[in-house]
Amino acid sequence: MGMAIDRDDTQFHVLAVDDSLIDRKLIERLLKTSSFQVTAVDSGSKALEFLGLNNNDADDEEEYEQRDSNTESVSSDEDQDLGLGVNLIITDYCMPGMTGYDLLKKIKKSSSFKDIPVVIMSSENIPSRINRCLEDGAEEFFLKPVQLSDVNKLRPHLMKGRSKDIDSSHKTTSTRLITSGN
Amino acid sequence: MERNPMRRQLAIMRQSLFDQGHVDEQFVQLEELQDDANPNFVEEVVTLYYRDSARIILNIEQALERKPFDFRKLDAYMHQFKGSSSSIGAKKVKAESTLFREYCKSGNGEGCMRSFQQLKKEYATLRKKLGAYFQLARQAGPVETASRPK
Repeated sequence: MGMAIDRDDTQFHVLAVDDSLIDRKLIERLLKTSSFQVTAVDSGSKALEFLGLNNNDADDEEEYEQRDSNTESVSSDEDQDLGLGVNLIITDYCMPGMTGYDLLKKIKKSSSFKDIPVVIMSSENIPSRINRCLEDGAEEFFLKPVQLSDVNKLRPHLMKGRSKDIDSSHKTTSTRLITSGN
Repeated sequence: MERNPMRRQLAIMRQSLFDQGHVDEQFVQLEELQDDANPNFVEEVVTLYYRDSARIILNIEQALERKPFDFRKLDAYMHQFKGSSSSIGAKKVKAESTLFREYCKSGNGEGCMRSFQQLKKEYATLRKKLGAYFQLARQAGPVETASRPK
């Protein structure tokens, strides 16, 4: 249920991942200024934990999970409509333990979360790094320090996801609704 | 209460932070995130920065006491410090961090030590200037809008 189209579509929930306290505070403020709901964590493993995936699950999920697309998409739709789910993940690249790239790979391997847009941030402008992240599924790559103009680029990715959900709930096979330039 | 002279003094102080190269455009970005609901955002972030920096500086000092230098570790610490300095717009400190990292990459221990001394000086100067600036800002009362340096 809950295609809640009447609901204010600006309340997106972003999960921010960064080991730097300063950068977490900054990204949180940037996102809140742009009317996003924010959860900020300091590591990739905490991010997976928050999503309800532990490190092992993310790798095994594909193997063990039945591809029951009906129940899968309904539950995530409900989550997103209720605003409990995460609509976008923005992560630092350089983190001890699990890097942002590692986190990206795990998210993309997860059938529950592979459709959540992931954005990577880095203080280092390394083209090969940027290309690899984008090729492996990151929607955007922001150079730090991240600014409001960067955060403004997030909304289209979130709107895309929102209309995809509405489509799959309607079980329509027609062309994907694009909400253009809000 | 004489707000205007204070505000004028505050603007002058602020301008000199930019003119003297202590802070850059990122500092303006921080100011723009400050509003009625978050009136002390800049100072809060800077305070976190001091706390974080104290920890990193100590780590580097300790690492520089161990011979031979672990350049990889030193570089890793400085990468962190550079990152947070960049995030608050600390221009000179950031530049000195970059230099330090270059010395690390080329395994130049003497260069590292010299650069670190310089960095600590820049950092101390920044703290002093920002400290005076925030103190005056608190006395002068809330400022409505951020203005760009000319």
